[in-house]
Amino acid sequence: MSFEAFMIVAAVLFCIGLYGSLARRNVLAVLMSIELMFNAVNVTLVAMAKYLAPAGLQDDISAVLTGQVFAVFIITVAAAEIALGLGIVFAMYRTNESVELTDAATMRN
Amino acid sequence: MVTEAAVWAIFLLPLGSFVLIALVIRPFLNRWPLLAAVSTIGALTAATVLAALTLRSVILGHTAVFPTWEWLSLGGATIEMGLLVDPLTAVMLVVVTSISLLIQIYSVGYMQGDPGFARYFAYMSLFTASMLGLALSSNIVQLYAFWELVGVSSYLLIGFWHERPLAAAAAKKAFIITRIGDVGFLIAILYLFLKADDFAAAGLNAFHIPDIWQAAQPLAAGGAILAGGALTWMALGIFAGAAGKSGQFPLHAWLPDAMEGPTPVSALIHAATMVAAGVFLVARFYPVFQQSDNAMAVVALVGAFTAVMAATMGLVMNDIKRVMAYSTVSQLGYMMAALGMGAFAPAIFHLVTHAIFKALLFLGAGSVNHASGTFDMRYMGGLRRYMPATYLLVVIAALSLIGIIPLAGFWSKDEILLGAWDGNSHLAVWMNRATFISLLAGVALTAFYTVRMVMLTFYGQFRGGIEQESADAGAGGAGEEAAAVHGPAAHGPEEGEGESHQGHSAGGHSGGVHLAESPLVMVAPMAVLGVGAVVAGYVINPQWIDFLGVPVHWITGFVADGLLAATGGEGHAELPEFNWAIAGISTAAAVGGAVLGLAVYGTRLGRPEQDGRAREPLRLLGPVYTLLSQKYYVDALYEGLIVRRGFYRIFAGLMNWLDRRIVDGAVDLAGWFFRNLGSAVGRLQTGQTQAYATAVALGALLIILGFLLAS
Repeated sequence: MSFEAFMIVAAVLFCIGLYGSLARRNVLAVLMSIELMFNAVNVTLVAMAKYLAPAGLQDDISAVLTGQVFAVFIITVAAAEIALGLGIVFAMYRTNESVELTDAATMRN
Repeated sequence: MVTEAAVWAIFLLPLGSFVLIALVIRPFLNRWPLLAAVSTIGALTAATVLAALTLRSVILGHTAVFPTWEWLSLGGATIEMGLLVDPLTAVMLVVVTSISLLIQIYSVGYMQGDPGFARYFAYMSLFTASMLGLALSSNIVQLYAFWELVGVSSYLLIGFWHERPLAAAAAKKAFIITRIGDVGFLIAILYLFLKADDFAAAGLNAFHIPDIWQAAQPLAAGGAILAGGALTWMALGIFAGAAGKSGQFPLHAWLPDAMEGPTPVSALIHAATMVAAGVFLVARFYPVFQQSDNAMAVVALVGAFTAVMAATMGLVMNDIKRVMAYSTVSQLGYMMAALGMGAFAPAIFHLVTHAIFKALLFLGAGSVNHASGTFDMRYMGGLRRYMPATYLLVVIAALSLIGIIPLAGFWSKDEILLGAWDGNSHLAVWMNRATFISLLAGVALTAFYTVRMVMLTFYGQFRGGIEQESADAGAGGAGEEAAAVHGPAAHGPEEGEGESHQGHSAGGHSGGVHLAESPLVMVAPMAVLGVGAVVAGYVINPQWIDFLGVPVHWITGFVADGLLAATGGEGHAELPEFNWAIAGISTAAAVGGAVLGLAVYGTRLGRPEQDGRAREPLRLLGPVYTLLSQKYYVDALYEGLIVRRGFYRIFAGLMNWLDRRIVDGAVDLAGWFFRNLGSAVGRLQTGQTQAYATAVALGALLIILGFLLAS
């Protein structure tokens, strides 16, 4: 498996996520799309850690865990963010009786 | 030998009195206002003594050149402060201090009980101090500062009763009209700034008055730095300032209105300060004027014209103070005409005698007002029985004004007429003849209106004073009262008596009628002036033989020699000898006018009608009477055309348009632009989260694209 393959998968994932988060009206779908983008980033981080590490260190994977550690952090943060985001969705549903993003236009004015 | 400190003290004493009253007496001791009078009179007494000593010192020929102090240094020009004591200054100092002193003493009685008593004396001190500073200045910029101070203090005094709208308006009018003339004076000074380098190259100071004299002399060492057309325009600029202060046509309109001030103020303005300042200014720069025939012609003709025009207006005024005001304007015209005719010394001589008898006339008017409560002569009459001393003194002053031998006015007026007869050889013949004829006509007119004034005031039956006037004003209809309001719009087209109704408020106490002689504190200064009005003319200028130790032609010789020295000459100036023919002609004119006045006002013609009202025989003149009583429509022209139409409508209209369209427009445009910008940008704020996110994403894409293309 080549490095480019990872990159292409990550780019495709990211674009799907971006499109979903910009185009979908449903907040839950947007949140899921954002998860896709997170994971696209995770894929790149892990792949880069594996392939782009300095030549002398590539065999000793324990010395270059930077990318993987980053990915674990992102997963943790994403989990927290989803928890928070769902809380907001509930609150939004209570006030608007809808989870459509277009109905949440109170940022205007 | 008079010291520099003593000369400065002449100016500083009244100034100190002003400061003392303003800062100490009025804030802390206002319960004893008499202190203010004591301070002023004390300062002026000392100043009078010092002025007399200065005069004596100058007569004896002591050198009175004092070092100057540097005041300002602007580029190459240095402005100094200093004293210039020459015969002209010395004479002015004595006149100003002594007349002012007598008027202050009189004021103690006249202003008694006025709530502004202390303030009045503070202003009077300032006024006198400014005039003395003006006379003493050795530098034209210093002189200009005092010149404006005189204007300010006259403004304060004319508007002394500032709660009266007419007084406030009169003060404003005086200030603005004199300011118009001052622009000319200022331009003349600014021209000197331009010439400062030329002066410096010749070792002169462009602002030092004797240096200016020297620079105007074509053959002097400095060598005519001022010459040609520029010199003429500079002289005319100075004359414009002088015409404003001295009430020469066309800037005379403020002087009669200045009657709104307290009567002693009128006396001071009309005798010793303010109006004399204009004549003094021309005399001060006489060596400059002499070098320009055109400037001299303007001075002579304006003076002669003013002398006649003001006298004709004096014929028909009903307010006693206004008659005197026009008389002052007319007499100042004589002085100006004399200066223009080259009769320098007679002009100063007339300034001195006029100061004495005109101060006396005004103080007499104040005394009359004290008794009758009014200034309107139609409500006076018969006062000679109640106030004999005032009557006698006013008659003396009136005869002096008319020019009856041997009173003071005769001698000086005769000298002026003689000067006008001899003429100025640099001017065209018609100018000399026109000036002489105008002045001679003025003598007859003066005699007529003076007799009219005396007859209406002191003869016949008493016509009720302020009480009758108030009753008439109440019953006579609101129309006439409205005419008293300033402005030609309020004047009826036929009714020519607008100003006469101001009498009851103008400068008077309106304390009701109490027909009795005024108190001694008022009569005594008048008596002193009365003696002066009788003898001063001959004593200070004996015609044929030395008199009481005074040499022949003393004052004219004295100031003429001063002028000769100023222009670099030596020895004694030539003086005209007394001329019986001219004296006879002028006496004939004066007596003729007086007899005509007696014929009209001393007989049944001028007697009051059945109901006690005064009859005005001059009304028979019809349109001429209307023209004169409307003051030749000059006020109407100024107020209606220039102020209302020219200033309010055109100038103010233009400014209004500029302010609304350009200034406000710019401000409004800025507001409009940003308000619309805001609403345009605001439309982008949809509140749709995804729209913002799209914008962020596209922005990020653009940045990445930019980096890719740049690398």
